[in-house]
Amino acid sequence: MIPIDSRMKLCRSRRWLMLLMLTLGVLLLAGCHRDDGIEWRLTNVSDHMPDLDFQLVDDHGKRVGAQDYRGKVVLLYFGYTHCPDVCPLTLAQLHVVMQRLGPLADGARILFVSVDPARDTPEVMHAYVNAFDPRAVGLSGPARDIEALSKRYRSAFTREPDRADGQYEVSHSSAIYVFDGKGKARLLATPSNSQDDMVHDLHLLLSLGSPS
Amino acid sequence: MNFRVTRTLPLLAAGLLAAFAAHATEAEHIRASQAWIRVLPGDLPAGAYVTLENTGDQPALLRGARSARYGSAMLHKSSAEGGVSRMAMVDELPVPAHGKAELSPGGYHLMLMQATAPVNVGDKVKVTLTFSDGSTLDADFVARPANATSASD
Repeated sequence: MIPIDSRMKLCRSRRWLMLLMLTLGVLLLAGCHRDDGIEWRLTNVSDHMPDLDFQLVDDHGKRVGAQDYRGKVVLLYFGYTHCPDVCPLTLAQLHVVMQRLGPLADGARILFVSVDPARDTPEVMHAYVNAFDPRAVGLSGPARDIEALSKRYRSAFTREPDRADGQYEVSHSSAIYVFDGKGKARLLATPSNSQDDMVHDLHLLLSLGSPS
Repeated sequence: MNFRVTRTLPLLAAGLLAAFAAHATEAEHIRASQAWIRVLPGDLPAGAYVTLENTGDQPALLRGARSARYGSAMLHKSSAEGGVSRMAMVDELPVPAHGKAELSPGGYHLMLMQATAPVNVGDKVKVTLTFSDGSTLDADFVARPANATSASD
């Protein structure tokens, strides 16, 4: 039988050991997030999503790729122009966010990728994106290239059955993917995020990106 | 026989009229406000929004809409369940008694298609809202730019 005195000592040393391990654990965790001590309000997807990569056609009819937007914070959103409610709402909200960012917004681009390339020609896309924000770019292209980009970000879109008038809707991801100036996936915004959250995080990301 | 019909018909008509007057229509108790249309470039379908207030003791059911300025108008609802944005046609939107129903971006809206002539920002577009009892309500919808987020911003 161990005397009470040494039993207490044992308890105490165990407690110390646990405390030490806890401290080490916290330090280790802190070390992992050392380069990103920022409290993002949107979902942090750094290292969880692939870098920006695509080959599409912009709203001037020019072939473009992710490298054309290096140095810019990219807000990637999938939609289509025949969508009268949600897509315009999202783009209008992004326009307000850009306005609130002031001159910093020049360091960002809204890339609106069409999930309806059959109807969304570069001309249609050009008139459409410019009705929202001068920093918005409309991207379209062959269906397989759009599918490739969509799949890369685990986003999906589905063409719904034609209506009696021959028109149709396309269901699509409601998320906005945010990439930094190096094309690294950083944040994910969903409709549940407020405009304040968007402005807060983009302000940080744009300030970090600009040379000091 | 003929005599009877001619005498009873006006009576019947009068009775029906009385019954109709006593039973107010759904549209009569609806007040429309914050009515606007998001105008998109070209001939793209536009979303239209309005707040409906029912001052009556009976619920009202909005069934649809029509406008001389558009070839067709449909009652739609957007949803974003499971991270996927979808739009679906709906048959009706209830406006509860002494309550409100809102057609607003990201939810219920009217989809206006095939404008008969270009609709410009600032235009007032007359839209006729139709209810389940067949009654109608005319409202002026203000045409607003694509990047507007509400009736006035």
